[in-house]
Amino acid sequence: MSGIFKQASGSHATTLAPAPAEPVKVRLKINGQEHVLNIAPWVTLLDALREYIGFTGTKKGCDHGQCGACTVLVDGIRINSCLTLAVMREGQEITTIEGLAHSEDLHPLQKAFIEHDAFQCGYCTPGQICSAVGMFNEGKANTLDDIKEQMSGNICRCGAYNNINAAILQVKGEMAGE
Amino acid sequence: MNSFSYLRAVNVADAVEDINTKNKAKFIAGGTNILDLMKVNVERPEHLTDLTRLPLTEIQNTEDGGLRLGALATNAVTAWNEQVQQRYPLLAKAILAGASAQLRNMATNGGNLFQRTRCYYFYDTATPCNKREPGSGCSAINGYNRIHAVLGTSEHCIATHPSDMCVALAALDAKVNVTGTKGDWVVDFADFHRLPGDQPELDNNLQPGDLVTSIDLPAKTFSKVQYLKLRDRQSYAFAIVSVAAAIELEGGTIKEIQMALGGVAHKPWRDKSAEAMMIGKTPTKENFRLLAETVLATAKGYSYNSFKIELAKRAIVRAFTEALQAV
Ligand SMILES: Cc1cc2nc3c(=O)[nH]c(=O)nc-3n(C[C@H](O)[C@H](O)[C@H](O)COP(=O)(O)OP(=O)(O)OC[C@H]3O[C@@H](n4cnc5c(N)ncnc54)[C@H](O)[C@@H]3O)c2cc1C
Ligand code: SF4
Ligand code: FES
Ligand code: FES
Repeated sequence: MSGIFKQASGSHATTLAPAPAEPVKVRLKINGQEHVLNIAPWVTLLDALREYIGFTGTKKGCDHGQCGACTVLVDGIRINSCLTLAVMREGQEITTIEGLAHSEDLHPLQKAFIEHDAFQCGYCTPGQICSAVGMFNEGKANTLDDIKEQMSGNICRCGAYNNINAAILQVKGEMAGE
Repeated sequence: MNSFSYLRAVNVADAVEDINTKNKAKFIAGGTNILDLMKVNVERPEHLTDLTRLPLTEIQNTEDGGLRLGALATNAVTAWNEQVQQRYPLLAKAILAGASAQLRNMATNGGNLFQRTRCYYFYDTATPCNKREPGSGCSAINGYNRIHAVLGTSEHCIATHPSDMCVALAALDAKVNVTGTKGDWVVDFADFHRLPGDQPELDNNLQPGDLVTSIDLPAKTFSKVQYLKLRDRQSYAFAIVSVAAAIELEGGTIKEIQMALGGVAHKPWRDKSAEAMMIGKTPTKENFRLLAETVLATAKGYSYNSFKIELAKRAIVRAFTEALQAV
């Protein structure tokens, strides 16, 4: 068994690291406002939002594309902000959970989530809501089964799925004028 | 992540020059695989060439009646494209069976081809792995290998290729258009990926720095298709076994049949001689079982994955049974 735990050579090898890359100037348009950052190229969009700008509504769950907590909208399209670099998103419109409400007027999905008690701890909620907005923009979800499948990229550790689906279905109905 | 420099390429020539002049440079497209691997120190590029602004996002008809998928078109745009939905439903189904909506919105067609194995030891830099660290050994062969390959393995690596999209592309006889310092060339999908042999560090037959510009689907289309993906949960999980099945009947017998398997080998698994054997036969469960037995005849299980062999056989029969029900 010992072989399995052998240190793979190279993974922590003492080869000379390349000189630290220069910070780059990155202009990001977030929730309608421009932010200019001086950041290293390896800063993810998620870290730029949370650590450099202070938009902490977007959550870090896994940091590996496996949970959906970091979901934001880029030009209206939902993506995982943990698997993209901030520098790659220059010139695009980024919308986070903070950008969905108009002052005191909550987004219909935010209202529906409260109405249906669609959360327990709330950690997955910003990602769930941004993802649902993205799903509506895509316009491919017609049935409850479609919604379940197309929302599968958002894991809820508290298991609030039934209420999340109910909230989404209600807003979908409202949008269809039912 | 280690330190790296970054360039946003604006045209193909730019990108090819950048990647070939920088030390330890890698392309980045959707970022969903390379950034994941950089965060765990499996990939350690010193420079990234960003492809996302290249004008390679179109999906358009080819002169020979096929369809060309731009390498930088996202998986989502491709799967929902009207032409793909109507003429290549197998590809649409396979793409939509993969990852999540958010990831498909980021992942590109080019990047999907290059995604690396999900072997847990490959991801864990504290364990030996010939693919990550040539010559260090394979931890999976005598370790926990439930998700590993049963066909085409070698004593050096038993990893699988994790893509769903590539399984459909293999079944459909796609071609890959490549450009590089040597000019432009075309690779048959069957020759794109490779088996591990004694060089498991190589996933495919391209050279570092070669750029995939597009993928061509042939004029020949199938309407009786199924992509059957078996996995540990119903969505947002990699395939344990998958089958891309395409069939055409004439007068009650099989006129054409094309099939590829996912989750069982280092590349999408195609067996053209087994397919040829099926021509003229009646489309019965017994005959599909015969196909399955033939394709899996050389399969070899390891401690934890032998179940995949029977699972793959049953999946083949079910996939074709379901394909025949398609209207
Ligand atoms: C949680 C999770 C679940 C997933 N589940 C599935 C699943 O069920 N099924 C499935 O099929 N996939 C799945 N994926 C994988 C996903 O499909 C791939 O990560 C994606 O397709 C890679 O594309 P990309 O554009 O993001 O590539 P990147 O990460 O940008 O690049 C990947 C590699 O390709 C190279 N590259 C990119 N474009 C080109 C090009 N045009 N020419 C040459 N080289 C290029 C890059 O240099 C890099 O080495 C999952 C991923 C995650 C994170
Ligand atoms: S199966 Fe391949 S990728 Fe996995 S540990 Fe062995 S050599 Fe590495
Ligand atoms: S934090 Fe991005 S998907 Fe989990
Ligand atoms: S409400 Fe707790 S994770 Fe979803």
